[in-house]
Amino acid sequence: MIRLSGTDGTKPDPDQIWAWLREIPDPEIPVVSVVDLGMIRDVVWDGDCLRVAVTPTYSGCPATAVITLDIRRALEARGLDDISVEICRAPAWTTDWITPEGRQKLHAYGIAPPAHTAKCAGMLVRAEIKCPLCGSSQTELVSEFGSTPCKASFRCTSCLEPFDYFKPF
Amino acid sequence: MSAEKFEYLCRLGDSTLIIGQQLGKWCGHAPILEEDIAVANTALDLIGQATMWLDYAGKVEGKGRTADDLAYFRDSRAFRNVLLVEQPNGEFGATLMRQFLFDAWHLPLLEQLQSSTDPEISAIAEKAEKEARYHLRRSASLVKRLGLGTDDSHQRMQEALLALWPFTGELIEADDIDGIAQAEGYGADTVTIAEEACGNWSKTLLQAGLVVSEDVGMRSGGKTGLHSEGFGYILAEMQSLARAMPGAKW
Repeated sequence: MIRLSGTDGTKPDPDQIWAWLREIPDPEIPVVSVVDLGMIRDVVWDGDCLRVAVTPTYSGCPATAVITLDIRRALEARGLDDISVEICRAPAWTTDWITPEGRQKLHAYGIAPPAHTAKCAGMLVRAEIKCPLCGSSQTELVSEFGSTPCKASFRCTSCLEPFDYFKPF
Repeated sequence: MSAEKFEYLCRLGDSTLIIGQQLGKWCGHAPILEEDIAVANTALDLIGQATMWLDYAGKVEGKGRTADDLAYFRDSRAFRNVLLVEQPNGEFGATLMRQFLFDAWHLPLLEQLQSSTDPEISAIAEKAEKEARYHLRRSASLVKRLGLGTDDSHQRMQEALLALWPFTGELIEADDIDGIAQAEGYGADTVTIAEEACGNWSKTLLQAGLVVSEDVGMRSGGKTGLHSEGFGYILAEMQSLARAMPGAKW
């Protein structure tokens, strides 16, 4: 395989690799990238091997295996062939790592981003969770769990639309 | 390798694996859609946690066994899960009661394990604790709603509690393995867990208007591999595909 290394034949610098990683969508919420979600913890060259550290979101999230495969494929498509995607468990992933851009994308997509810091994990204070569709604070919890492990189901009592809430974690 | 540490990790992994497997049976069958999703998500978290515990157990054992090898190719006597998790699902209320009794103990266990001197145990516990917090919030809230609901829902929850309560003793009763794990620093503080689990149980059950019988005989054995008859059927269902087609991949 040809190693695509930029015009001067050097290894692509980590900024370039981060930019490529920003194009990889989360398999379950494709509107945000794996970088937006804060899952990529480190990108470093170790000699000729590119090491990418990934922190999974939820223990049983079926997307994790797909994400590591997607990262490998995306970087291989850019011409890299010596890639090590490593699962990094500590510190544990938290919704505090979702970037401001990621939060905006979630909101625009109709998923309310976490209204609290992860210290409030396990609490769903509905009064402060705004409907991502009409902006009303008049919302109610339908179920603690939603279509994926990271979300809860809410309903807006102003516009009556159901919506997902990305739980603080 | 440390034989006691392997045992200890199998207890953590097997209890989460078996309750996750049991919850998975509700997928597509729970009484309402939201609860169907909630129960499946809880199962997913717990099986994910089991994968991490058993993966590490295999590494500590040092014989090259993976999490899948441990889950699918051990027989009943080699499983170290507490008896509570292998109790039948029964009706949905009984599954919720079993989940509440489990979650109310699981959360303090994971909180304590975060101060384990083994960084791998501490990291898994830190991750799992956040999930367990949501599990307990849901199961405790539903136990209260059903306990205080109609006469019928109250009676069903009360019956489920009486049937399951004898299996709670094993959760908080420390044996030699627990003692060694704690003394060596990688295990959890069993006294604190017992206090907090009892606090969680009594607080919610009191609010739910449900009572336990004080002089009931507690049942134990799961942690040393002595399981109920029904456990063999759980394993048969869980393991049959892996055993019929060993090494199969997709």
